[in-house]
Amino acid sequence: MKHLLSFMLIVTVTIAACGSPAPTTGSEPVTLTVFAASSLTDAFTEIGAAFETANPGITVTFNFAGSQALRTQIEEGAPVDVFASANTKEMDTLVSNGFIEQGTPLLFLTNKLVVILPADNPAGIASLEDLAKPGTKLVFAAEEVPVGNYSRQALELMNATYGADFKDKVIANIVSNEDNVKQVLAKVQLGEADAGIVYTSDAVAAPELQNIEIPVEMNVFAKYPIAALNESAHAEVSEAFIAYVLSEEGQTVLAKWGFGPKP
Amino acid sequence: MKRRKATNHPTAPRGYLLWVFLIPSVVLLFFFAIPLAALIYRSFEPDFLENALSPLAFQALTLSLVTSSITTIIAFVFGTPLAYLLARWKFKHKAWVELFLDLPVVLPPSVAGLALLVAFGRRGLFGSLLGELGISLPFTTAAVIFAQLFVAGPLFVRSARIGFGHVDKQLEESAYVEGANHLQMFHEIMIPLSMRALASGAILTWTRALGEFGATILFAGNLEGVTQTMPIAIYLGFERNLGVALALSVVLIVVSVILLMITKKLDPSDSD
Repeated sequence: MKHLLSFMLIVTVTIAACGSPAPTTGSEPVTLTVFAASSLTDAFTEIGAAFETANPGITVTFNFAGSQALRTQIEEGAPVDVFASANTKEMDTLVSNGFIEQGTPLLFLTNKLVVILPADNPAGIASLEDLAKPGTKLVFAAEEVPVGNYSRQALELMNATYGADFKDKVIANIVSNEDNVKQVLAKVQLGEADAGIVYTSDAVAAPELQNIEIPVEMNVFAKYPIAALNESAHAEVSEAFIAYVLSEEGQTVLAKWGFGPKP
Repeated sequence: MKRRKATNHPTAPRGYLLWVFLIPSVVLLFFFAIPLAALIYRSFEPDFLENALSPLAFQALTLSLVTSSITTIIAFVFGTPLAYLLARWKFKHKAWVELFLDLPVVLPPSVAGLALLVAFGRRGLFGSLLGELGISLPFTTAAVIFAQLFVAGPLFVRSARIGFGHVDKQLEESAYVEGANHLQMFHEIMIPLSMRALASGAILTWTRALGEFGATILFAGNLEGVTQTMPIAIYLGFERNLGVALALSVVLIVVSVILLMITKKLDPSDSD
């Protein structure tokens, strides 16, 4: 019994001691933490694996989420080396708050919007105009999510063709404002929504879905910036990773996943 | 370090034993207290009231209170008979039924949300039947209630079952001897004598329903005024406006504390 109690005390003290930072040396294996927009999930996972192969001893770990959520997490002190955002807004906020050096973010790809429908198209949507049909169940990303914001901008552009109240009619059909683009994709894949708007890169990842192209004059092109954080403990590795994303190898992987080239 | 202070409880730990118990206890208590204190501290901003009373917050709070109340009522109406059966009937595989009832409570809410979606979603096992009747559950306020009932309902049943189990069987029998029928007996004996258990079960279900997040966002989605409950508004507020999220969190903490205090008053076994 006495042993058990002493053991409990030791465990408690040990757990308390675990909070102190461990020293790091240059020769130790490096773990690079990359926060990236959800839309980059497939492409960056592949790029990360290729980067690891090319640089033994380096491990890349990703946190994929809506760019706005990642930005908040960084502001609240999450330890991050590299941030890849789906819009310049979140990046600019971090620059002006001093988390990222002015002038360092680089644009590394473009992405455009596409309408996706479940394979069997339950609402019989044949054109963009049908999105305004009353009773159609649309799932969009929330307005705070970059793709949600772009989607609404695209609707605004569609007003010129489909009438001034087109955007409002489409917005009235939204049954859920999802937290990130992958949730929009999932709800359409499950057939719960009649249609959604995602990036072309997401549509590439879900070939079973039907697509309706959005013409260039109504489309919104997202430009993704990437940058190393000032606080990054592995500045050189961060720069190497960013260079890899911008390199031909990196751009080839991005193109494979449906992204447009760096602008 | 030898302190031989007489304590008023003969079995309370003393001497170095006291520290063995005290240190882990204090560490754990601080672990729980610090985040909550930090949350309340951070929410003290000049625009706290404005945030807490914003239309977004008000809509979310109203929706949360309405849906969790309906959930609690449904749990009461359907859960009371079930709890009585479980407390009084002996049947084969009863242990399995009880285990099955505990499952939604221990499962991660995301699993619950996914389960609801594949069951009652448009393409779901039952959802497709409902669809033929013109009923579509996902993305509706009803879906919010489904999610809450699935996750929180079993808490009421468990509490009520224990309450009914504690009622003396002789009282029941004497009621029958007096000529009462089943319903009369249930109404005059079981319900009044298990009132505390029923009420504390209802409040547990209510608080759990109020906090439901994972199953709701998966099954019901997020639309202001329709499916955006407090926890979802807090989660999204974290991204758009931290001030609103903090204010909403504090409001939810206050509501939860009040409900827990009532539960504590109701449950005599909880106090010394």
